[in-house]
Amino acid sequence: MSNRGGAAHPLVELTLARFREFLREPEAVFWVFAFPVIMTCALGIAFRSRGAEPVIVGVAEQAGADAVRGALAAAGGFTVRSIAPGEIERAIRDGRAPVVVVPGTPPAYRFDEARAESQVARLAVDRALQRAAGRQDAFVPEERPIDAIGSRYIDWLVPGLLGMNIMGTGLWGVGFSIVQARTKKLLKRLVATPMSRAAYLASHVLSRLLFLAMETLVIVGFAWAVFGVGVRGGVLALAVLALAGALTFGGLGLLVASRARTIEAVSGLMNLVMMPMWVLSGVFFASSNFPDVMQPFIQALPLTALNDALRGVMNEGQSLVALRGEMAILLAWGLGTFALALRLFRWQ
Amino acid sequence: MNRVPTDAPALACRGLVKRYPDIVAVAGLDLEVRRGECFGLLGPNGAGKTTTIEILEGLLDQDEGEVEVLGRGWRTDRDELRRRLGVQLQETQLADKLTVEETLRLFRSFFTDGPAVSALLDLVELGAKRASWVGKLSGGQKQRLAIACALAGRPELLFLDEPTTGLDPQSRRQLWDVLGRFRADGGTILLTTHYMDEAHALCDRVGIMDRGTLIALGTPRALVASIGAEHVVEFAVDGTPPPDQALRALPGVREARRRDGHVALATSELHATIPALLDRLRHDGTALSLLATHSATLEDVFVSLTGRHLRDE
Repeated sequence: MSNRGGAAHPLVELTLARFREFLREPEAVFWVFAFPVIMTCALGIAFRSRGAEPVIVGVAEQAGADAVRGALAAAGGFTVRSIAPGEIERAIRDGRAPVVVVPGTPPAYRFDEARAESQVARLAVDRALQRAAGRQDAFVPEERPIDAIGSRYIDWLVPGLLGMNIMGTGLWGVGFSIVQARTKKLLKRLVATPMSRAAYLASHVLSRLLFLAMETLVIVGFAWAVFGVGVRGGVLALAVLALAGALTFGGLGLLVASRARTIEAVSGLMNLVMMPMWVLSGVFFASSNFPDVMQPFIQALPLTALNDALRGVMNEGQSLVALRGEMAILLAWGLGTFALALRLFRWQ
Repeated sequence: MNRVPTDAPALACRGLVKRYPDIVAVAGLDLEVRRGECFGLLGPNGAGKTTTIEILEGLLDQDEGEVEVLGRGWRTDRDELRRRLGVQLQETQLADKLTVEETLRLFRSFFTDGPAVSALLDLVELGAKRASWVGKLSGGQKQRLAIACALAGRPELLFLDEPTTGLDPQSRRQLWDVLGRFRADGGTILLTTHYMDEAHALCDRVGIMDRGTLIALGTPRALVASIGAEHVVEFAVDGTPPPDQALRALPGVREARRRDGHVALATSELHATIPALLDRLRHDGTALSLLATHSATLEDVFVSLTGRHLRDE
């Protein structure tokens, strides 16, 4: 029976100390809780599902423009904008009209081949004008549009934002406080006690878990309440995944902070680590947009694994067993970085 | 508390050397601290005090020399020593946003033996501040908290690196009282300071350090006596003071030094020196602008040994 004079086990006391210090830092609380909510809200509004939207079409202001306008109005589903003949390219570039019809026999379509929106608008306009000119369709398909929860952009986005937040707070929360303790010589003071060094590092990762529960609850709860984003695979699977993610990025945070002597140095290192993952790991757009040769590398990144797994659970309703590949990648990163950090760590 | 009754020193080092690329911080230091005593390392900034104490604390590795702490060595008994020592470092800033009590609980949790957290708070008289954030404490309160953290494991030997630097006189006395209570329980202290009055007030023995070596060692009383003059006469005149040779010829005077227009005479016979000095000045026709005397202190010992003052930069 050990006597600690009213104090708990060092791991508990260290974790509590971290937890308290964090909660008493208003800026940190903002970045962890308010920022992702604001982000989810802004993106949710920008990309909300609006049902079948009218296609915007520009019509060059010249002879025959009225006929084109009439044909489009008769077909329905178009918003027509008049474009001065000298303005066509600019209008396409700045997004006023994804496609511009130049009246004539036959008419010309001006559009941007590289933009999906432009292509879609071209097809819709072409179909309407061809039909107006007398074309008969070979058949009329039965159209059954879906707007199911789980398939909207916001459904795809929220797990990515959650993953990004777990990464950001894990790295910042751990890395920042360790480098701060190092510059204030608090680390040096701590190693002059019988404290276990592994316990100190572990307390940083553990205190992340406490926040994680709150972070996840806030983001997922907000997305559910406002946008109806669901968790098909169950809350338990989501909790396990978030936990694995927090351990992974906590370990990475330790590694990044293991030798840095100044806040500036560790900030730079953290951005260096996070930047590629923001771009490559499918936060805002799918990582499948990158060439095949890069895929093995992208798939091995911890944030890719976490985002894929979060989407699997939230949108596809997959079980953790089905996501064991992603889980293995996360755990390998977490354990590997923790072990390496313990070896490399600069205590003074 | 299981203090092994023994005559072995609490701490001993021989031939300690620590080199940095641009300076030899410790240049062959021998030191012995007895059990139960308070030993002070006195010296100006840059004398090598902090480097020495950090080697003894096991936080720095020496380049040469042997260190034995409580009869143990850092290489073989690190964990045991960490449990038996208390340490206060010069530049540590404890977490600003933890309360006094939370900070103490944290440090107390590292030790399996020691006083209760509430007893530690009482010991350093911070009970009323237990719920305050560390960042809101005064300098003296922060230092007392640092000492309380160092005492959390009921150490046998306490290391203090400039514990009262920057504190006002009242805070220094409060801190000295805390250290007095620790010593009353049989604890041993090694402290560094550049305050001679602190060394006088707290230390049984003092080692004076300069440029990485020990230049004097003994009780404060013996060190002061070693310069052969119990008093110092300081004076200044309008005009030119008499030459050193003439001053040394005055009765009782052992030494004469000049600094910033002042002259300091170390003397063993104050009652004979002053009348003779005044006669001489009257004879020269120079007027006194300042005359002061004080009992010789460790500062005077340092000046006598090095020709410099303790707090010269």
